[in-house]
Amino acid sequence: MVSDTIAAISTALSSSGIGIVRISGDNAFDVINRIFVTSDNKVITKADSHTIHYGHIADGDEIIDEVLVMVMAGPRSFTAQDTVEINCHGGMLVVRRVLETALKHGARPAEAGEFTKRAFLNGRIDLAQAEAVIELINSKNDYARKSSLRQIDGEVSEIVKELRKRILYEIAYIESALDDPEHISLDGYAKKLEGNVVDIEKKISGLISSADNGRIIKEGIKTVILGRPNAGKSSLLNLLLGEERAIVTDIAGTTRDTLEENILIDGISLNVVDTAGIRESEDIIEQIGVKKAFASADDADLILYVIDSSDKLDENDKEIIEHIKDKKKIIILNKSDLGVVTECDYIKEKTGQDAIVFSAKTKEGYTALLDKIRELFIEGSIGFNDEIYITNARHKSALMEADDSLKQVLASIEAGMPEDFFSIDLMNAYAKLGLIIGESVEDDLVNEIFSKFCMGK
Amino acid sequence: MAVLKENYDIVVVGAGHAGCEAALAAARLGLETIVFTISIDSIAMMPCNPNIGGSSKGHLVRELDALGGEMGKNIDKTFIQSKMLNKSKGPAVHSLRAQADKQRYTYEMRKTLENTAHLTVRQAEVSEIMVDNGKIVGVKTISGAQYFAKAVVLTTGVYLRSRCIYGDVSNYTGPNGLKSADLLTDSLIKNGIEIMRFKTGTPARVDKRSIDFTKMEEQFGDERIVPFSFTTDPDSVQRKQVSCWLTYTNEKTHQIIRDNIDRSPLFSGAIEGTGPRYCPSIEDKVVKFADKDRHQVFIEPEGEYTNEMYLGGMSSSLPEDVQYEMYRSVAGLENVVITRNAYAIEYDCFNPRQLKPTLEFKKIDGLFSGGQSNGSSGYEEAAVQGLIAGINAALKVLGRQQLILDRSSAYIGVLIDDLVTKENKEPYRMMTSRAEYRLLLRQDNADLRLTEIGYNVGLIDQERYDKLILKKEQIKGEIQRLENTTVGANPEIQNFLELHNSTPLKSGSTLIELIKRPELSYELIEAIDRNRPKLSADVCEQVNIEIKYEGYIKRQLQQVEQFKKLEKKKLSVDFDYSQVKGLRKEAIQKLDMYKPMSIGQASRISGVSPADISVLLIYLEQNKNKLQ
Repeated sequence: MVSDTIAAISTALSSSGIGIVRISGDNAFDVINRIFVTSDNKVITKADSHTIHYGHIADGDEIIDEVLVMVMAGPRSFTAQDTVEINCHGGMLVVRRVLETALKHGARPAEAGEFTKRAFLNGRIDLAQAEAVIELINSKNDYARKSSLRQIDGEVSEIVKELRKRILYEIAYIESALDDPEHISLDGYAKKLEGNVVDIEKKISGLISSADNGRIIKEGIKTVILGRPNAGKSSLLNLLLGEERAIVTDIAGTTRDTLEENILIDGISLNVVDTAGIRESEDIIEQIGVKKAFASADDADLILYVIDSSDKLDENDKEIIEHIKDKKKIIILNKSDLGVVTECDYIKEKTGQDAIVFSAKTKEGYTALLDKIRELFIEGSIGFNDEIYITNARHKSALMEADDSLKQVLASIEAGMPEDFFSIDLMNAYAKLGLIIGESVEDDLVNEIFSKFCMGK
Repeated sequence: MAVLKENYDIVVVGAGHAGCEAALAAARLGLETIVFTISIDSIAMMPCNPNIGGSSKGHLVRELDALGGEMGKNIDKTFIQSKMLNKSKGPAVHSLRAQADKQRYTYEMRKTLENTAHLTVRQAEVSEIMVDNGKIVGVKTISGAQYFAKAVVLTTGVYLRSRCIYGDVSNYTGPNGLKSADLLTDSLIKNGIEIMRFKTGTPARVDKRSIDFTKMEEQFGDERIVPFSFTTDPDSVQRKQVSCWLTYTNEKTHQIIRDNIDRSPLFSGAIEGTGPRYCPSIEDKVVKFADKDRHQVFIEPEGEYTNEMYLGGMSSSLPEDVQYEMYRSVAGLENVVITRNAYAIEYDCFNPRQLKPTLEFKKIDGLFSGGQSNGSSGYEEAAVQGLIAGINAALKVLGRQQLILDRSSAYIGVLIDDLVTKENKEPYRMMTSRAEYRLLLRQDNADLRLTEIGYNVGLIDQERYDKLILKKEQIKGEIQRLENTTVGANPEIQNFLELHNSTPLKSGSTLIELIKRPELSYELIEAIDRNRPKLSADVCEQVNIEIKYEGYIKRQLQQVEQFKKLEKKKLSVDFDYSQVKGLRKEAIQKLDMYKPMSIGQASRISGVSPADISVLLIYLEQNKNKLQ
């Protein structure tokens, strides 16, 4: 439990100059030796403790980055295990690629707080810090669980569920035949299974490539645009996007659901959610939209609150202000081109901050808005937890392991192995896919066997 | 009035399949043991199916035998047909099943019990347990007699407050009309034991002379019989076998059942106990799997000297007249005469989460429990628990360390761990899919896995142990020899390979590499293996399996290594989880309810998350002395 080899990015995922990937565990040196290339074919061993080496990280023939590798042999490291730290040239993309290469070559993604936990379990942190560690693990796990479920793309999650269902059915079929060979026959089953597994494997490969494109989870600072109907939320989004994405009309209540877009501002990734306008409404669909808007706001890292400054604040605005007053937010007085008549003092009093005078039409205040976002990010007021990225890495590695298991099933079918070997690898694929949607195995199989197949004396 | 008082080391309550193993193990370890039964004529009775073994159950019996239990030897003496199931599948799921002569099975087991030193067989109903200060001190029978003991093993099977039901007929008896034990439950409840109510059922027995076998398919035994016990000489069991027969239900049968479903006590609610999903009654099958147009019915002889036949697959609790009508709708049973009705049986059992993995109650020191009364089902599941409970009761009295088999070492370990760690809502049956390391837990290597343990416990004699060591050495030596034996790409070898549709060699190869090819085996390459030593069939089998499935076996061994790390971190059953900061409420409740013996066991309790386990690990480190 404490000695398999884990890896994670240990620097903040920002656009900083240098990123560090840390690898720790019994096989840390094996992993680095598989991916680290130097001009003199250096092989890292325990003897290299506390030295630094120059070279490249490579995935097979492909060079990923020019790096410095720091070597710390256990017990003289943070975790008291063999540890290497790869100092990469930076840029989020490169650091990620380095981590992925390490994962591909034998490390697994670290759990939330796992380096710290190891450090503690191996006596590197004193006892007084134990409770802090527990809290860290709990909070990080909560966050990871939440973000894992919140950020997984709905469509991806549906696909994973469907694939698991299909895999489980196949396992249950094999297992019920093994348990009750006189009732259920496996004659000719391998051929049928092969077709199904090929299809499932293809779908998983597809998910892996979407993970490469970062589409499995939505990364970035979760930014929610709020405001009453027709305050100009969609216009703001379009301005940020530079394209007409949301439907914009002059009829209040046009955006009935939430829209999501990813926007890059000077390397800061914003995951922007446009919401339905918030107002008392008889329209059921619109009510759902409003409910969703508030729910999104509760989850948000940053709120962009758009006010129609050509009008007075109404009850809806007051409700919004009440709802978001303790959140990280930027207040935008839109439609300044029509003349600002709204109650600026009230807003300042309630929220404790100045609003930006803004016009989506004339672009007045646009630069000020971007500056404000940049400022909040740099001073650290907003940012996204690196757990989000780790979550993605974990999903990807789970997908890859599931994929490997399915390929193993195909190899076993090809080699004419008996059917009971198929179900071992199918089960592994099932368990790995479960990690992505936060479901464990428990008694799924036994339940499936009894519900789908009639067995028994 | 003077009451009878006697002293023993160990009392065993019940002489079914669990009780016999418990009593024999304790007595064989030299402890004065008394086993109580409601009827001495019914020792090791088989009130349901007339066979031992079957998928994964066969594994249990082989494991029991490897540890020094009796069931394997007893069925070898008394079987009338034997079959290795799943022979076309991988070695991990091969499983032995033998039809028993029920009468002889009972008779032989009784003979063994009666002739074992230190063992007393006593017919009497135990009505109370005697507990002093949280420690068991003995039992009382209904006559008031007191039997003092240092440890007590409950193996009460389905006899506690049992009720047999078919239609609107309900008899407060045990199986086969035997007396039920109606008093013990109250005494157990008084001592804080939580009782559950489970249900199971059995089909009718019929007169062989009334069956038309020409309408059925004959089911033969294997040509070459493999015995259950590792001590039985295979040549000694190649006897004449009796056939079973296969027929099917049909649409008419199903219609009869549907028409009368309202008269079934299971559907009318007259039965409250929870029944097992894996041996459903025929009415259950017809309702749940409405799309199936027929179900198999196996006609199995109950013995060699009786005309009674068992209707496997058609257990029921429908009324007598419906039973007749539905059985007679089946091909070959048109004129069938019932000798015993099918019935459902309800009984009290113990929630097994009250037990340690040693099968001792956490609450009552020295009180053990094994078998169907722990919420399991099946003769084999019962027997292995009886063996473990008996061994641990004896070891406890002897002041020796308890025996726990973990999930990576035996199906027995999987069975007991599942019982004491998971929520059981129905009688538990062993299944190969429950064993996550089943490639390692094969029926063919049960002796290699467990006989040394049985020897250390004291149930395996020196001679058998020496044989095991020799076998282990031969397997290792032969694999090494094959590793070091190279054959060249010469015409003889190439011809051999061509003959078996195998790719010719480009250069030299070790014999191991050739055996690993799917189309070849250890047996096949004998033709090109000049210096092969003469080895027994079971050594050859091990050599072949270990080489052919090496990749899979290695992967499972790695998983086992991970698994063992958490099993080794022990937890005390007295531990107060509420004092661990950071554990979630649900986790505290569950941990408190199950009181796991190790972090590994804790991690398998549903409702305990990986984060909770991290918190526990940290707490463990922090307070090493308090918990371990």
